[in-house]
Amino acid sequence: MAKHNITMTINGQSVSAEVDSRLLLVHFIRENLDMTGTHIGCDTSNCGACTILLDGKSIKSCTYLAVRADGANITTIEGIAEDGTNHPLQQAFHDQHGLHCGFCTPGMIMRSIDLLKNNPDPTEEEIRWGISGNLCRCTGYNNIVKAVQQAAQEMKKEKETTV
Amino acid sequence: MIPAPFNYHKASTIEEAIALSQELGEEAKYMSGGQSLLPMMKLRFASPQDIIDISKLQGLSYIKEDGDVLKIGGLTTQTELEHNDLLKSKYPIFGDAVWLTADPSVRNCGTIGGNIAHGDAANDQPALMLALRATFIAHGPDGEKSIPVDEFFHGFYMTALEPGDILTEIQIPKAKPNSGGAYHKVERKVGDYATAGVAVHIELDDNGVCTEVGIGLTNLSPMPMRLERGEEVLRGNKITDELIEEVGKIASEDCEPDSDLRGSEAYKRSIVNTITKRMLNKALERARK
Repeated sequence: MAKHNITMTINGQSVSAEVDSRLLLVHFIRENLDMTGTHIGCDTSNCGACTILLDGKSIKSCTYLAVRADGANITTIEGIAEDGTNHPLQQAFHDQHGLHCGFCTPGMIMRSIDLLKNNPDPTEEEIRWGISGNLCRCTGYNNIVKAVQQAAQEMKKEKETTV
Repeated sequence: MIPAPFNYHKASTIEEAIALSQELGEEAKYMSGGQSLLPMMKLRFASPQDIIDISKLQGLSYIKEDGDVLKIGGLTTQTELEHNDLLKSKYPIFGDAVWLTADPSVRNCGTIGGNIAHGDAANDQPALMLALRATFIAHGPDGEKSIPVDEFFHGFYMTALEPGDILTEIQIPKAKPNSGGAYHKVERKVGDYATAGVAVHIELDDNGVCTEVGIGLTNLSPMPMRLERGEEVLRGNKITDELIEEVGKIASEDCEPDSDLRGSEAYKRSIVNTITKRMLNKALERARK
């Protein structure tokens, strides 16, 4: 089966590779690029552990062909801290104990980035619906919701001070 | 899970996509958002020889009113439907449905054209299309054609689209004054396919008489189903609580559900009665605003 040359930007770095048509984006990220922060949970687009940003939008990378990401700009959990400083969502998950085992956390955070971009001041209900495609089997979600609320406040403050 | 091997082709224009499809033959499948097709390929329910990627076709993502018609481009994503101001203000039935379709990350990829062209009675958009009396524009080897929704669904995963056809546009009669629609589905968990779903669209005249009505059912029959007998009861009449009761009962009688993991046949017949009544009331409330 035909191979394809693809080029994409991941966390600001340009990468090129030759891939099979059927290679899934999550496998490309984890196995070809050795970036294992993006997890594989259910592999059926239910759990959201594999969530990344593709051109700024959250997608489930287990349900996306690598070859379709040719030319895309991708952000994974490895790419959101700046100069060693946690992203406000990373810091908030830490502060609010928004994780126990941590398996869902990269996906939760990448999904929450998209959520807060479209809705910088979400209600609790909007957060719960907004992360409804991301499953957590440890926390019961309450601390995850608190973390997203904290990050929303922090990011609003940051925006106000930079304007 | 990894799909069976296939050849991947990316089309940049509709013409190129159709030409590729003709060259590759009937085993080739178009992929738009890929949120239904790729999972089927991973589960090996589908093993197409060739995938023609149509997600990058230009100019097929839009939502606009043009004369008496609401036009939605086939590649418009569910997320775009969700955030669109025109739909929010004049066609709230879309917000009802999209909010309940899969989850936000899936909706970032999934398209309205794909949701319909997939021909799955479990998808939400087909019921809306029945209620709103949509017409589909398809481009294919024989040029452009226009297919009314009532001639579109032929059976389980079967539609009027022929090999090489692409669903490029959805056309819906522009919302009239005193009209309203509503959709709801009962789901076991967030993002699930419907256990039962009902889409309703109602048009009233100045005296409150129902001049037109559409009722579509989700996942209650092998293919998306119009509740014709229920529509007939309402059309030409003032919609009273008694008529709403009657239509709810008709919905439970006329639907054709199977018992499965989502519920028994009896349970589905029972809840479709309740959802139908609630959606009739909600659509009526919106029409009277």
